Amino acid sequence: MGLITFLLRLSFITLLSRIHLPALVQRSLDFVPPAVLSALIFSDLFRSGLVQPISLQLYSRLFAGMIAVLVAWRTRNVVLTIGVGLVALLILQALL
Amino acid sequence: MNRGPRGQAGMMSREAKSEFMSGVKAILPILLGVVPFGVTYGVLGLAAGLQVPATIGMSSIVFAGSAQIVAVQLFNAAAPALVILITTLMVNLRHVLYSASLAPRLKHLNSAWKCFLSYLLTDEVYAVTIARYNQGVASSNKHWFFLGTGLTMWSAWQVSTIAGVFLGAVIPRNLPLDFTITLTFIALLVPMLKDRASVTVSVAAGIIALCAIGLPFKLNLILAALAAVAIGLAVDWSKRVRQGADVV
Repeated sequence: MGLITFLLRLSFITLLSRIHLPALVQRSLDFVPPAVLSALIFSDLFRSGLVQPISLQLYSRLFAGMIAVLVAWRTRNVVLTIGVGLVALLILQALL
Repeated sequence: MNRGPRGQAGMMSREAKSEFMSGVKAILPILLGVVPFGVTYGVLGLAAGLQVPATIGMSSIVFAGSAQIVAVQLFNAAAPALVILITTLMVNLRHVLYSASLAPRLKHLNSAWKCFLSYLLTDEVYAVTIARYNQGVASSNKHWFFLGTGLTMWSAWQVSTIAGVFLGAVIPRNLPLDFTITLTFIALLVPMLKDRASVTVSVAAGIIALCAIGLPFKLNLILAALAAVAIGLAVDWSKRVRQGADVV
C-alpha cells in the first residue's frame, strides 16, 4: 500500500527529468494548483451537501469559508485568514 | 559524484537553511488541522483490530491520511487485500497530478532527493510547496522548502498517530480544527487567481468536484482537476483568438 502511494507520487518527478515540456503542457501544469486547491476547498465547504436550507447550521463552513476568502483577498495574510476563518466558524456554529 | 539528500559534507548554504525554515513555518497552521486527523486515524486503527505497531507503521510506510483511514475501515469490514490495494490506488490517484505539477521544478535534483521528496508529498505539502515555487524570485534552493514542509508534516503525522493510539479515548471531539486545512488552502489559492483563466479554472474545479461528489475513491477531485485544466486552456485559447482578431 505504501509502495503504491509512493510510486504515484514519484511518477512524474522521475519521468519528466529527461524531457522538455512543450508550452501547452507547461500551461496545463500551471493550472493544476488552483484546480486542485479549489476542488479540495469546495468539497470541504459544501461537505454537508447542497441540501435545502432547513437548518442554517449546515452552512456554517460555507459562510466561514467565504469570510476567509474575503480576508485572504484583502490582506494576503495566511495567518490572519486562518485565524479569522476559524473564529468565524466557531461563532457561526455557536449561533446557528 | 554521490551526494546524499543533505548535500556535500552535511553543510547547507544559508539560503538553503532559510528556505528550510520557511517550509517548516509555512506548514505549521495546517498541522493544527492535521493532528486531529492523525489522532482519529490512530484511534480507528486500533478499533479496527490493527495491532499498535501496524497502525503506527502504516503512518510511516504509507503516509497518506485519507487513504489510511479508508484502508483501516475496509480492514475492519474484512475486505480482501486486493480491494484495499485498489482503493489505495484510486484514493491517492490525485498525487500523480501533484507529481506532474512539481516535476519541472525538481529536474535538477539527484535521485535521492527526488525519491525522498516524493515520499513526503501529501495534499497539504503539495499546496504549500507549489505556492512557494510560484511566488517570488526563482531559486535553485526551493527544494529545501519542500523538505522543511514535508519533514514537519511527516513528524506531526507520526506523533499524532502515536497520540491517537495511546490516548485515543481521552480526546474531546468538539473543536473543528480540521477546518484550518481548508483555510490554509484558501489563503494559498487566492493569490493564484491572477487572471481570468485561473479564476475560471478555480470555479470550474470547485463546481465539478461538487457535482461528482458521488464518485467513489475521491475520484471527483482528479476529475475536477483535469476538467478544470482543460477549461483553463480553452479560456487561454479563446483569449488568444480574440487578440489575434483585434490585431487584424
